[in-house]
Amino acid sequence: MDRGTLRDIGLVCVADALVGVSFGAIALAGGIPLWVPVVMSVLVFAGGAQFAALGIVLAGGGAATAVVTGLVLNARLLPFGLAVADVYEGPWWRRLLGAQLLTDETAAFTFRHEDARQRRLAYWVCGIALFVVWNLSVLVGAYAGSVLEDVNALGLDAAFPAVLLALIMPALTERRVRLAALAGTLLALAAVPFLPPGVPVLLALAAALPLLAHDGPRGGRFRRSRGREVAAPGPDQTQPRADQTQSGVP
Amino acid sequence: MPLLAVLVLAVGTYAFRLAGPLAARRFDLERLRAPLAAVAVVLLVALAATSALAEGQHFAGWARPTGVAVAAVLAWRRASFVVVVLAAAGVTAGLRLLGVP
Repeated sequence: MDRGTLRDIGLVCVADALVGVSFGAIALAGGIPLWVPVVMSVLVFAGGAQFAALGIVLAGGGAATAVVTGLVLNARLLPFGLAVADVYEGPWWRRLLGAQLLTDETAAFTFRHEDARQRRLAYWVCGIALFVVWNLSVLVGAYAGSVLEDVNALGLDAAFPAVLLALIMPALTERRVRLAALAGTLLALAAVPFLPPGVPVLLALAAALPLLAHDGPRGGRFRRSRGREVAAPGPDQTQPRADQTQSGVP
Repeated sequence: MPLLAVLVLAVGTYAFRLAGPLAARRFDLERLRAPLAAVAVVLLVALAATSALAEGQHFAGWARPTGVAVAAVLAWRRASFVVVVLAAAGVTAGLRLLGVP
């Protein structure tokens, strides 16, 4: 593995350690028992969902809303898993262990490489490093947080939305996604005074659902304006075979 | 947060993680990848906005949204993750030090 990739993974580890410390600190400052952030970080291992679930519980929302919101947020791990499926080659237990290491960052680092061996290295090195760093930092934050008098004085409550924005900004390149995000956000914000915490965010789904009916960046406008493109069959139909031959697992 | 809630969230999350590699062996789900990611992005933006502006069902005060707004601009300009997060916390902490709620 090249030094540049290692350095970048190290940088993400430092950034995530900061977030992990804040997660542990916010949990403890909110009066949540120590085992919750610790067990959650090992078993759930997804910063966005952990913050969302914790935030809803801290804001007085129900546990069911917290779980549903966390699951909705983590649903994107499914397509990520499809995109990096080649890195789990080997015995079956590698797939079971490796799946737990899948995060936004792990997937992003894997996407940077074309070569099969480099992709595997990037996925496993980044995944294991982040898993260790994240869980240790949450523990540190939980203890340091109990020492701090006022977590808000450090601005840690602003760190969470900032983390989300930093993670998703690269995904906001498409215009229709930006528009759906704007509509969903306005819908959620308008609902905040009237609905229990956590529910307004779920309302944003209404604005996002039309995106599912859309079959990709090449659809719509381009096809309608030029009749010929409609008939062109995508290369997709010939692909499934290639995927199947890659898996060496019984 | 009850243990059962943590476990349900953990099991559900793991199922999402494992479903990708398992499904990729059988089906071609290439077309759904982008739309599902777009849906998650929309939810995350709404989540970031509500947690930046609201505390429960009320306005959170100016310090937090200002810090997050600075972070949003930095993220938009492709600043590094650490810079974005530190700026959000720093600006918000600074404003509170000056007496802004």
